[in-house]
Amino acid sequence: MSDVLLSVRDMVVDFPTRHGLLRAVDHVSFDLSRGEVLGLVGESGAGKSITGAAIIGLIEPPGHISGGTVHLDGSRIDNLGMEEMRRIRGKRVGMVFQDPLTSLNPLYTIAKQLIQTIRTHLDLTEKQARARAIGLLEEVGIPAADKRIDDYPHQFSGGMRQRVVIALALCAGPELIIADEPTTALDVSVQSQIIDVLKRMCAEHGTAVILITHDMGVIAEAADRVAVLYSGRIAEIGPVREVIKQAKHPYTKGLMRSIPTLTQTNDRLTQIPGTMPRITDRPEGCAFAPRCGHVMDICRSQQPATRSVGNCEVACHLETEGGAS
Amino acid sequence: MIAFVIRRIIQSIIVIMVVGLVAFVMFRFVGDPVNQMVGLETSIADRELLREQLGLNQPLIVQYWHFISNAAQGDFGTSYQYRRPVSEILGERLPATLELALVSAIFAIAAGIPMGVYTALYRDSVLSNIFLTVSLIGISLPSFLVGILLIFIFSVHLQWLPSFGRGEVVDLGWWSTGLLTATGLKAIILPAITLGLFQMTLIMRLVRSEMMEVLRTDFVKFAKARGLKTRVVHFGHALKNTMIPVITITGLQFGSIIAFAIITETVFQWPGSGLLFLQAVQNVDVPIMAAYLLMIAFLFVLINLIVDVLYVVVDPRIRLEGS
Repeated sequence: MSDVLLSVRDMVVDFPTRHGLLRAVDHVSFDLSRGEVLGLVGESGAGKSITGAAIIGLIEPPGHISGGTVHLDGSRIDNLGMEEMRRIRGKRVGMVFQDPLTSLNPLYTIAKQLIQTIRTHLDLTEKQARARAIGLLEEVGIPAADKRIDDYPHQFSGGMRQRVVIALALCAGPELIIADEPTTALDVSVQSQIIDVLKRMCAEHGTAVILITHDMGVIAEAADRVAVLYSGRIAEIGPVREVIKQAKHPYTKGLMRSIPTLTQTNDRLTQIPGTMPRITDRPEGCAFAPRCGHVMDICRSQQPATRSVGNCEVACHLETEGGAS
Repeated sequence: MIAFVIRRIIQSIIVIMVVGLVAFVMFRFVGDPVNQMVGLETSIADRELLREQLGLNQPLIVQYWHFISNAAQGDFGTSYQYRRPVSEILGERLPATLELALVSAIFAIAAGIPMGVYTALYRDSVLSNIFLTVSLIGISLPSFLVGILLIFIFSVHLQWLPSFGRGEVVDLGWWSTGLLTATGLKAIILPAITLGLFQMTLIMRLVRSEMMEVLRTDFVKFAKARGLKTRVVHFGHALKNTMIPVITITGLQFGSIIAFAIITETVFQWPGSGLLFLQAVQNVDVPIMAAYLLMIAFLFVLINLIVDVLYVVVDPRIRLEGS
């Protein structure tokens, strides 16, 4: 048993369309240790969710992984057949979606949904599965779980439903959870509770988490490491503290500056000029070059390689040129 | 739940009363009933006597009341053509129509739902395209043409199935059925397909579009992400969520199947109430027309009521809001 649970290498995800091939994820590589929480941040369309869906093999056709590898606990999973992949989903890799209001089937009690999932992956009787389901609901903080288990999803509030969703994702004891914007659709007051539940559950069960979000606050609170995605590529990846305090990539720096703080006095938030290029007309060289304040000639012609800088890995020519700004 | 049903029953009664008024107006004012019943050489005195006997000289409101209260007791008056109680004639003809409607509804559902599910799951397969093309034919061809085509192929050319009639009928006293004899079963195939083809394509297209919608929802994605078996995701989670609109349409379509059986019954000379109605129209037999109108309205209202109750069975959200 190696320490690295998930290893993604040079993953490429393409969507063939009438206007040509859309490369949603472009040579993304990262490792995830057991029990670690990795944040994936980036703007809408940066490829965060597609990266998550690609790992679990749930990209909507005609999209597909067209390059690179994904290894789970040392064995390759990106080239498995449908049936083999299905056995991994839920059992070894769980997933939590954004909107708890629509993630649960409205016509079945949560008992039915939990027991069905548990019995798909674990060899338990109906009774044992029910006991396990009630235990999980108690763990995620649903009061009177033994009674509420027979309720329908619409009888729960949004926050409670997201707890149920987390219980469902964890019910077969996966080694990895991919949480795709688990708090975005929730009330702010409930968000931190859900992050707490997710963090605590994963810590107790030793589950690693890929936390996809655009909320830096959530990342700072929950993640061990963070990967910043920009236009389908990883701009910077490293321990949360270092990325937040000493961002190296100009995009990450811009992102950090645009977070409002209590001590900030100016009325306007700092913003990064321009918008992320559409994936159809991504520029040659560095995708961030058109918006970058430190742009050099090489940025427009050559894609930056990823370099290790301290504990971080950064894809920026500034780092290779020795900080030529 | 019980309050809900009672409310719906009261609404239903109002609907029936209104349709009853239409039927009554037709009964009373489409031509002079007396003229329909008597010969040319009947004297004016005899005509007045008949008018008196039939109660046609009473105030309208009294006549309406008589009409409704008699109808409620199953008495729709006497047929001009047959000189027998309408309820008796309808009672003889109704089993044939209901049997035909039931068989074609079962055909429409049993073929339409699987075809809809298949075309939604395998959108680009050859078979899906064949189904969709066939459904286009089913939607666009009028049923009398389908019926004639089927007769031409299966009765005239292949000589497999009879082209008219109901075959041998077993009389159960209050119900006569053709479903217990071989000739009866053979005879019902073509009319049932003719009558059910449109509904089948409708159900198929409805199931297909609903299913495609549901397959895109988050809870189906989440069910897949939990590693549930594909069969369970498709038939347990997705299909059940498509059922509400399908029940609505199927229910209402069952009403139209009975109502539109007129055409199919005519093409196949099926001895049902539709054929009876058409003959009644040709002969201006108003009591039969009025009774038929009321019967169809009653069936529609009844089906609607059943559909509403079925919603509650399928969808827990409706069930719990009511209580």
